[in-house]
Amino acid sequence: MLDAKIPSGNLDNKWTDYKGHCKLVNPANKRKLEVIVVGTGLAGASAAASLGELGYKVKVFCFQDSPRRAHSIAAQGGINAAKNYQNDGDSVFRLFYDTIKGGDYRAREANVHRLAEVSVNIIDQCVAQGVPFAREYGGLLSNRSFGGTQVQRTFYAAGQTGQQLLIGAYQALERQVALGNVTQYARHEMLEIVMVDGKARGIIARNLVSGQLERHFGHAVLLCSGGYGNVFYLSTNAMGSNVTAAWKAHKQGAYFANPCFTQIHPTCIPVSGDHQSKLTLMSESLRNDGRIWVPKKQGDNRKPNEIPEEERDYYLERRYPAFGNLVPRDVASRAAKERCDAGYGVGSSKQAVYLDYAAAIERYGRTEITKQGRDLASVSKEEIIALGKDVVKEKYGNLFDMYEKITGENPYEVPMRIYPAVHYTMGGLWVDYELMTTVKGLYALGEANFSDHGANRLGASALMQGLADGYFVIPYTIGNYLADEIYNKPISTEHEAFAAAEKAVADRLKTLINIKGNTSVETFHKRLGKIIWDKCGMARNEEGLKQAIADVQQLKKEFWSDVKIPGAIDEFNPELDKAGRVADFIELGELMCKDALNRNESCGGHFREESQTEDGEALRHDDQYMYVAAWEYAGDSNWNLHKEELKYEVIKPSQRNYK
Amino acid sequence: MEHYNMNLNLKVWRQKNSKTNGEFKMYRVENISSEMSFLEMFDVLNEQLIAAGDEPIAFDHDCREGICGMCSMYINGKPHGPWQANTTCQLHMRAFKDGDTIVVEPWRANAFPVIKDLVVDRSAFDRIIQAGGYVSVNTGNAVDGNAIPINKDNADAAFAAAMCIGCGACVAACKNSSAMLFLSAKVSHLALLPQGEPERHSRVLNMVAQMDKEGFGACTNTGACEATCPKEISISNIARLNQEYLSASLVAEK
Ligand SMILES: Cc1cc2nc3c(=O)[nH]c(=O)nc-3n(C[C@H](O)[C@H](O)[C@H](O)COP(=O)(O)OP(=O)(O)OC[C@H]3O[C@@H](n4cnc5c(N)ncnc54)[C@H](O)[C@@H]3O)c2cc1C
Ligand code: SF4
Ligand code: FES
Repeated sequence: MLDAKIPSGNLDNKWTDYKGHCKLVNPANKRKLEVIVVGTGLAGASAAASLGELGYKVKVFCFQDSPRRAHSIAAQGGINAAKNYQNDGDSVFRLFYDTIKGGDYRAREANVHRLAEVSVNIIDQCVAQGVPFAREYGGLLSNRSFGGTQVQRTFYAAGQTGQQLLIGAYQALERQVALGNVTQYARHEMLEIVMVDGKARGIIARNLVSGQLERHFGHAVLLCSGGYGNVFYLSTNAMGSNVTAAWKAHKQGAYFANPCFTQIHPTCIPVSGDHQSKLTLMSESLRNDGRIWVPKKQGDNRKPNEIPEEERDYYLERRYPAFGNLVPRDVASRAAKERCDAGYGVGSSKQAVYLDYAAAIERYGRTEITKQGRDLASVSKEEIIALGKDVVKEKYGNLFDMYEKITGENPYEVPMRIYPAVHYTMGGLWVDYELMTTVKGLYALGEANFSDHGANRLGASALMQGLADGYFVIPYTIGNYLADEIYNKPISTEHEAFAAAEKAVADRLKTLINIKGNTSVETFHKRLGKIIWDKCGMARNEEGLKQAIADVQQLKKEFWSDVKIPGAIDEFNPELDKAGRVADFIELGELMCKDALNRNESCGGHFREESQTEDGEALRHDDQYMYVAAWEYAGDSNWNLHKEELKYEVIKPSQRNYK
Repeated sequence: MEHYNMNLNLKVWRQKNSKTNGEFKMYRVENISSEMSFLEMFDVLNEQLIAAGDEPIAFDHDCREGICGMCSMYINGKPHGPWQANTTCQLHMRAFKDGDTIVVEPWRANAFPVIKDLVVDRSAFDRIIQAGGYVSVNTGNAVDGNAIPINKDNADAAFAAAMCIGCGACVAACKNSSAMLFLSAKVSHLALLPQGEPERHSRVLNMVAQMDKEGFGACTNTGACEATCPKEISISNIARLNQEYLSASLVAEK
């Protein structure tokens, strides 16, 4: 059994007690301690900035050309916090409870409670940085609702919340760069963890412009490298998002937890053809006002506006009257798949459902008229609709524009077509309460770790977690480790461990480029994605998973004997970068299937067809699977399973019910 | 929307690295669907090049949804191509028709040296932000979020300026390679908010000084930046920047 080092005592006081008793490093010593941060998304940028402010010597890495472009920039809908500004009954406990329940009782209570506690500080910090959150006319902060909750606790900046939060963290980071506390390495990719005496002591990074390998020492290494959704090839993640940093750490001894827990987001723009390179999310916030439906008749080919109200099936409202269109993501995605599989899908592919704004536009239009003090009876329908469109535009304008650019259809006039797509990965590197992996001195923050979302993440909670980890958790917990490191001088990068790690990376790059086969990296990535999506996607079963493992192993063989990588190692070579990432995705893909096979229950985003209730809802088996599955790498295609038992001391797990 | 397929000729800038000279090369792609994005068309071309044993064309991209600011192609004489308020990655092939010849170049500006093919170095933008594009508030120093009410109009205007994605299209569009639109967006974002007030003067002076040091040109008010900006950052921000600069300079002279 794995020990998560959860502090003892009452859940409400654990974090306060921890902060009151953890070891501290005095300011003079902080200057002597070096910390490496891999990643500049919300988790990495906030951690690097905060540690720089504290006085540590920080080096921060990202593969994009600027830290500001990390994938977090794309987050749309919002960030949760238990502020209860709406006076609608929210509290730290309720946010904690919703997150545990939303995660289908597979997350760690102590971590989630801490997350809910610090959520309020995040909003304050971001406002102080000048993040332009949406506001009401009175000048105070505005909130919207998100799936899986019945309160309004989501803070937002139109449909660009991630961008605004990341720019805030990026600016804080650049300030530390200017002050000389942080050194920034853009267009660099971490390719190995350097281990000395059983501790993480640095990294090998490749300068992506020159192709040169570099050695960097750190007393501690923080991986804030994001999620692995691109294992599916098609996902809402940025093209460069990858698992490589986490995977290298895994191979150096960091356990990988719950890899099969992946989130399929219900509202994305459907695939339009084989050329598709990525999928675009339509924010969950759209489910606040949009209504999801399919025709009641199978294979109905009429245009949506020609289908009368009584011939539409608002299946979420029908199946889940209490939460309606705002059920959690896993539930909404499966319901869409169920309708499409049963032959009710729409659009040319029939793999889509409608997200309709007509009712919301009319409702907002009426409210505007009433606000203007006018009599509804005297106003034309056209005017109501026009006013309603303006309101919708202010709230969701950029999303509607994005939809129109991609599909060429105007969503103010015709309902959007949407379908579920891979979006987020709850699994990741196993970390203890202090965010340390099973490798001493190696931490994982943000989407790269597994810690807070159990088997399903609620909307607007990833931004919260990334910033919680970076701004408010790691500055304390890292001190508890580094306090004992003040006696250790920086290790020279001439040390044999650095030389050996660099050689391993160089050899691997040479092997890759010298394969000189016939098949492009992209082709392998697409094939991998198809295997994982078909067999380890929205629904999984024993036979399919076993087949997938065999298929992935076969793909791996072909990759290492037939991949074709043009260009050279010592130059700017995006195909080579991609090849290394796809090689790691292939290995991860196998582990995902293995994990999904091991977990013979359905929970959250993990749906095993063998384990469902009579009406097709996910059926957990708490007696057998109330644990985190943490996998230890044990050589090629080989893993040992370790378990962290989940103890629910405050919340009593029950069958999730959104009806 | 009716879909159609097209064959296209592409004239693309190829340059091995920053030290060598570049040149245009011609390529042909066939059966391109009008539903593809412009970058997906480039994916098709690159797969074709790899299959033929040639080097694929290097270009920057990441989010492919118009928000990270990484993509940066100069298409038929316009940064990000023909559509208004749009990034390269969001440009779709229905903007073109069968038989078209499309010319694709990198951003051209002294402050943005070419790294390879269509990829340029925009780190000058990071250094401009480092010069003052922030509020100096350490983690943990904040008061309650609602303790600072902000007039909605100012909050909205600050947000409109903060939407800049740092892509550099404004620089590429400007005949002087001026970075004024980018800089003014950041200065406006922070000048419009009470949080930005304490450093208001030093911020604008330091950021402008850094911009000049990086080798960006002067602004002669041609408006090309605003017309090309994918996030429709308004040129009125440049007017605000000039005011801010003027009043900061007056204070500094005291
Ligand atoms: C389209 C979309 C919309 C979303 N909307 C929301 C939302 O509204 N609310 C919400 O809460 N969540 C949302 N999410 C989820 C959320 O955005 C992410 O989970 C979160 O931003 C991840 O942040 P991160 O800091 O962990 O990682 P990322 O932002 O992914 O950053 C990873 C960083 O690591 C670097 N990196 C990775 N590997 C290496 C390497 N080997 N070497 C060097 N650097 C490396 C990258 O360069 C990057 O800087 C959304 C996600 C998507 C895809
Ligand atoms: S001002 Fe517009 S064009 Fe210039 S960098 Fe910002 S978003 Fe790009
Ligand atoms: S790739 Fe991100 S804006 Fe175009």
